Amino acid sequence: MKKILQGNIALCEGAIDGGLDAYYAYPITPQNEVSAYFAEVLPKLGKVFLQAESELAAINMVFGTALTGKRAMTTSSSPGISLMQEGISYLCGCELPCVIVNVMRGGPGLGNISGSQQDYFQSTRGGGHGDYYTIVLAPFSVKEIYEFAKESFLLAEKYRNPVLIIFDGYLGQMMEVFDTESDEGKLNVKIDEPIDKSWVLDGAKNRPSRKIHSLLMAEGELEKLNLKLKKKYDKIRRDEVRVKFYNVDDAEVCIVAYGMSARVSLEAMHRLRKEGLRVGLIRPITLWPFPYKEIKDVAKKTKKFLVVEMSLGQMIEDVKLAVEGEAQVYFYGRSGGSLVSSKEVIESIERIL
Amino acid sequence: MTPTKFVKPKSLKQTYHNYCPGCGHGIIHRLVAEVIDELNIREKTIGIAPVGCAVFAYDYWDFDVSEAAHGRPPAVATGIKRVLPDRIVFTYQGDGDLAAIGTAEIIHAANRSENITVIFVNNTVYGMTSGQMAPTTLLGQKTLTTPYGRETNRDGYPLKVCELLSVLEGTKFIARGTVTNPKNVIQTKAYIKKAFIKQIENKGFSLVEILSMCPSGLHMTSLETLKWVEEELTKFFPLGVYKDV
Repeated sequence: MKKILQGNIALCEGAIDGGLDAYYAYPITPQNEVSAYFAEVLPKLGKVFLQAESELAAINMVFGTALTGKRAMTTSSSPGISLMQEGISYLCGCELPCVIVNVMRGGPGLGNISGSQQDYFQSTRGGGHGDYYTIVLAPFSVKEIYEFAKESFLLAEKYRNPVLIIFDGYLGQMMEVFDTESDEGKLNVKIDEPIDKSWVLDGAKNRPSRKIHSLLMAEGELEKLNLKLKKKYDKIRRDEVRVKFYNVDDAEVCIVAYGMSARVSLEAMHRLRKEGLRVGLIRPITLWPFPYKEIKDVAKKTKKFLVVEMSLGQMIEDVKLAVEGEAQVYFYGRSGGSLVSSKEVIESIERIL
Repeated sequence: MTPTKFVKPKSLKQTYHNYCPGCGHGIIHRLVAEVIDELNIREKTIGIAPVGCAVFAYDYWDFDVSEAAHGRPPAVATGIKRVLPDRIVFTYQGDGDLAAIGTAEIIHAANRSENITVIFVNNTVYGMTSGQMAPTTLLGQKTLTTPYGRETNRDGYPLKVCELLSVLEGTKFIARGTVTNPKNVIQTKAYIKKAFIKQIENKGFSLVEILSMCPSGLHMTSLETLKWVEEELTKFFPLGVYKDV
């Protein structure tokens, strides 16, 4: 079936189709369509919608629902996600699955309400305190927003870890036609063994009581947890990297971009190809785990990379780490909620060719 | 007459507590456990431990318990209760957790009349972090961060949580007790029981504040602390039922 949906609404429909049980959030632009939609729809489906008194409360309500093994989600935008970082650290420490969505806006501080990609560092480096990661998905179309939202609960439960979906305000507000039946944009999360729910708190009936905590005071206990988490993160790094290549085989220059920047870069690439220039595009779909190895492989042949971001250069650090000095890494970015244009990307390519 | 045998509640694990001698938490943990046993709700109870001395409560109670970030237990409890409305959900919070860092969460959980129970332990001091001023520290009271005594012009006034919350329409049972002597212990247990019954009857938000003893934080002997709580603290924080609707 063909559908026309706004990115933020596709997110809601994906989450519902993915089995969402409860949604908690605090108002913030540019993602208010999400709360408005859920407020109307979730009660009719017998699911929980609750407007929290703050992002702090929202993420901790998510924590509460996650404790019971039910599927909880919150959405916010950059400043609100900053407020949630303590809670996200607790969710990771307690290994609780849930889905958090950041419809990014410009910063720092209150910034503005335009779309941006300035929260890359915060998203991919844990974001809060302690040695942890969240799985970070970066959709670049309305269809991908739908599919990622739908499968994110499964991915979160597979690893007992929060999944963070990030896209910018432009993509959230954009309307696009998509085919609900097509396989395009699916994450295809593989489930090797049944999802373990032996840890949930739902009352100690006919079983010993359970406790969930991240406070580990006895000598060596916290390190044991950190090493257990590391093992999990290594498995995620091995099994869950997702990246898309466009015309990289013969590329003289390869653009690396995600989300909205990747859409713009894709158009720039097509236009340059028409002119006979050998330009390719690498689009990381998982920002954590980052496709280091996949980019390194491309760097064996392609010696020039252009990283395009709606920030002043955050993902570029990962691209540099990936190529390990085997290629030149250039950068083009706009900040403060400004959108990169295909013309600007083309000019940047022409400068480095 | 057969002497009454001292039995451990089923809801309490057979273990040692980390609490200091003379601390009130041990008594209060037991009262909560006894009430849960008596109401036969152990198998459907989920407790939330705070950040503070009672953080280890999940090692002492024998029912499902989770930790929560500092001040956030009412939000966590909300997230549980909303998806499992037939379970009994309660938070156990100290004065720093509930009345300082967690004021937004407690007021809004109360105002929404979340059908949860809150056990609020007020000993006027941050015990876990070595005895700083709490929101409930009395005027003139010396603590680690009020070495010359709490002053209104710098530190404001002690926060009266029961009085504050009882004016909200969402609150259905609010009471303040203490555990300084057997009579008060029995009275406080009755409050706790009533609070849980409110939740079982789906009446809405219930809270019991318990004035408690922290000899280590107050730098007094156990006996001096008991006397101080009973004679001084109850003057500013009067005992009794503040709301029962």
